[in-house]
Amino acid sequence: MSDAVASPATAAKPRRQLDRAVVRFAGDSGDGMQVTGEQFATEAAWAGADLVTLPNFPAEIRAPAGTLFGVSSYQLQFGSRRVYTPGDRLDCLVAMNPAALKVHQRDLKDGGLLIVNTAAFEKKNLDRAGYTGNPLDDPALEDHYRLHKVDITRLTMDALEGLPLNVKEKERCKNFFSLGLVSWIYTRPIEPTVAWITKRFAKNPAFAEANTRALKAGYHYGETAEIFTECYGIEPAEMPPGLYRSITGNRALAWGILAAAERTKLTVVYGAYPITPASDVLHEISLHKRFGVRAIQAEDEIAAVGAIVGAAFGGAIGVCASSGPGIALKAEGMNLAVMAELPIVIFDVQRAGPSTGLPTKTEQADLLMALYGRNSESPVVVLAPMTPGDCFFVAYEAIRIALKYMVPVIVLSDGYLASGAEPWLIPDPKTLPDIPVSFRTNPEGFAPYVRDEATLARPWVRPGTAGLEHRIGGLEKENITGNVSYDADNHDLMVRLRAEKVRRVAQEIPPTTVNGPAAGDLLVVGWGSTYGTITAAVEEVQQSGKAVASVHLRHLNPLPPDLGQILRQYERILVPEVNSGQLVRILRAEYLVDAVGFNRVRGLPLSTEEVREAIDQLLKDKR
Amino acid sequence: MSEITEAPKKYTKKDFESDQDVRWCPGCGDYAILSAIQKMMPDLGIPRENIVFISGIGCSSRFPYYMNTYGFHTIHGRAPAIATGLRLARPDLKVFVVTGDGDGLSIGGNHLLHVLRRNVNVTILLFNNRIYGLTKGQYSPTSELGKVTKSSPAGSADRPVSPCAFALGAGATFVARTVDRNVAYMEETLRRAAQHHGAAFVEILQNCNVYNDLAWNVLYDRESKIMNELRLEHGKPLLFGPVDDRHGLVLEGATPRVVRVKDAPESVLWVHDDGNTWKAHVLSQLWAPDFPIPIGILMQVEAPAYEEVLLEQERAAIAERGPGDVAKLLVSGDTWRIG
Repeated sequence: MSDAVASPATAAKPRRQLDRAVVRFAGDSGDGMQVTGEQFATEAAWAGADLVTLPNFPAEIRAPAGTLFGVSSYQLQFGSRRVYTPGDRLDCLVAMNPAALKVHQRDLKDGGLLIVNTAAFEKKNLDRAGYTGNPLDDPALEDHYRLHKVDITRLTMDALEGLPLNVKEKERCKNFFSLGLVSWIYTRPIEPTVAWITKRFAKNPAFAEANTRALKAGYHYGETAEIFTECYGIEPAEMPPGLYRSITGNRALAWGILAAAERTKLTVVYGAYPITPASDVLHEISLHKRFGVRAIQAEDEIAAVGAIVGAAFGGAIGVCASSGPGIALKAEGMNLAVMAELPIVIFDVQRAGPSTGLPTKTEQADLLMALYGRNSESPVVVLAPMTPGDCFFVAYEAIRIALKYMVPVIVLSDGYLASGAEPWLIPDPKTLPDIPVSFRTNPEGFAPYVRDEATLARPWVRPGTAGLEHRIGGLEKENITGNVSYDADNHDLMVRLRAEKVRRVAQEIPPTTVNGPAAGDLLVVGWGSTYGTITAAVEEVQQSGKAVASVHLRHLNPLPPDLGQILRQYERILVPEVNSGQLVRILRAEYLVDAVGFNRVRGLPLSTEEVREAIDQLLKDKR
Repeated sequence: MSEITEAPKKYTKKDFESDQDVRWCPGCGDYAILSAIQKMMPDLGIPRENIVFISGIGCSSRFPYYMNTYGFHTIHGRAPAIATGLRLARPDLKVFVVTGDGDGLSIGGNHLLHVLRRNVNVTILLFNNRIYGLTKGQYSPTSELGKVTKSSPAGSADRPVSPCAFALGAGATFVARTVDRNVAYMEETLRRAAQHHGAAFVEILQNCNVYNDLAWNVLYDRESKIMNELRLEHGKPLLFGPVDDRHGLVLEGATPRVVRVKDAPESVLWVHDDGNTWKAHVLSQLWAPDFPIPIGILMQVEAPAYEEVLLEQERAAIAERGPGDVAKLLVSGDTWRIG
């Protein structure tokens, strides 16, 4: 694709400059809202905006049409300044049917742009959405919002007249009409979408033509229809120069594994059992057999972790991804790796629970499980990426640490990072840190549990190495010899050694970045996917001159060695999390500080507004 | 694939004995099995360092500690999954799985099913003593209905599973049964299993002299054995019974029937064909007292091994487009330049 960013050909109508906008496409799960949103994000990125996306879809594959629970949506915020979150309140809502309006209307700002497909507002759909009358007839709607009633379905059909498609096929193109219209409103270039359509429907030129026509029809409709009196421009954001792409967290996790495989020249065995929202990691990995990554779709979560422990025993890198319910099942397998001191990496793409919970919704409530959710003393390293793109670096780092210390590493991603996308400055793989791998081959003085002085790691031996034949297992081992041992003091020693080994990973952690003054009234501490929200909220508060800072933890076990010192520089500590208060407990226990939680567990990311309010509140309550 | 290089030296049984003290109860059937395997290993011609024994949990699963090869004593029931991952990572290794009736058919039933249906190239030895030994005597998934144990004082309500029928149902490509007290025959069966390409399953009827002594007495007792042991030999009629009054089997449709050889023309006798999967299913259902118990190889067929199919896909992908290149991957698809 060309690097050039096309500017819209026409702007006869007045164009107002904005520095950011929040747009949400909402419709039935069959209306193609995810594709629409993804394409709009691509267009926004092409035009140089920074952006963050939030896909939101029902767990049901084909929810009954027109129902409230069948509504699928895609939101993004894009802007000319740094964008950290998908935005709280909407500047523009596209509602393709009554159910979408009903579910999402409350998130639209007063005076916001509301575009509805009038064709869908007929009796059956209104009934299904639980409306007694047609909400479009209610004058209040026009009082609150800039309402645009557009018969998107009819306009699409008109645009496609003469194409060799049936009515249903034509009607299905209406999402591209909406995309075209919104692209005009926000002066986004449609070229990348035209290119995407051409590629996507390469084998079916009629569909390619239909979708392209619908897209252009929407765009021209905005331009010519009397109802739209202005459009909006958003200047390119000031971002570090370089080549960018869009990346989701799940893809970034998969690519991080590939990068580690390439660097180490080791085989990777990737064990997985399908589970939302982690399955896309398996799908992505399965596409790349050329990288020496061998994916096994196991019979269950237990077998998936078992397979990677077996692979690690064989001298390969073992990686698994799952979500909470699957991670619970992997506890025993992880503990075998703890005991056998083998390197494995487990991605937990967290989702709302407990039990099956809300499979497609996000949550951060597996932190304590990752740290403590296995029987007995079971220390493992825990990392958490902050953004979709960061998933790449954290996956790579997890493998590096696992191999260096011969420990299991858990990476806590979540549903929001998994499917959310951001413009990503493509890294040069050569700049990634090295991952030295050395297999023990010398039989002299060999014993399975002799330890490296710096890391306490035991030697990694590839079966097939003559003279180093040995047996290990889940029974407690005598330190150094690795023989089965029931000795009380040895067990105590081994418990301490396993913990110390994980503690020593602290020497890998770079100094903590403090966003804001080095001391002050309040420090916000977060981890994982709340990075954007917390940063945006803290920057807003800082602009009002308050002494507030934030730190965001990528290392949760062990914690950064400088964290205690940093915490003591602030009068109050606020810990926003999408759980009932997990990191906050750890900080209180570890550092004896009076940290306060801010917790919402709604299956959605925190909003910037609510975090800012929590900061303001805590500042007011200042002792 | 699993090209195993010729052993540089000629091993003896002793080369496969580890320095660990064997800790099974005196009189346990496991000793005979251990000895048979150690004795058979040199015949495989595989360098010792290329051999791995993987086990789960239970008395049988202590096995790897006693073999001077690589070994991994893992988690209850999970050995097949761990072995699958190991084979995928290291198709150059010869991998054995040692399991028991509880480990393999109860807690690990699912994994056993899948390692067999995938036809992973591993040799699976299931020690069946019809009891939980290590946990001190509860009924197992192969215990007979009504079995009185500590956990079933009124008799177990569970109907037993037949390991060989299970293995065949799972799509195993090699299924055999052997008895711990017939060392020579066991050794031969184990050797054939170890040489099979794909998942080989051997049910070893094994005596737990502490919690379930003589559970297989029907095959131990000199008298009862005559009418209850059916030695399977490929290409030979299925015969059993006293020398002067041999009995045979005939198949009437899909239904087996016992006949006296002297009463039946030779042409009707069931001749064992270990490549016949249909008849193997019938064989797996034969059990005393109505029928003699088949001992030997019920079936062996060839099929591609799971990891070989996957590795072939990997080779084909590399042949077609060259090895992966992360730098290229990162810039594939839509990109745009800023600044």
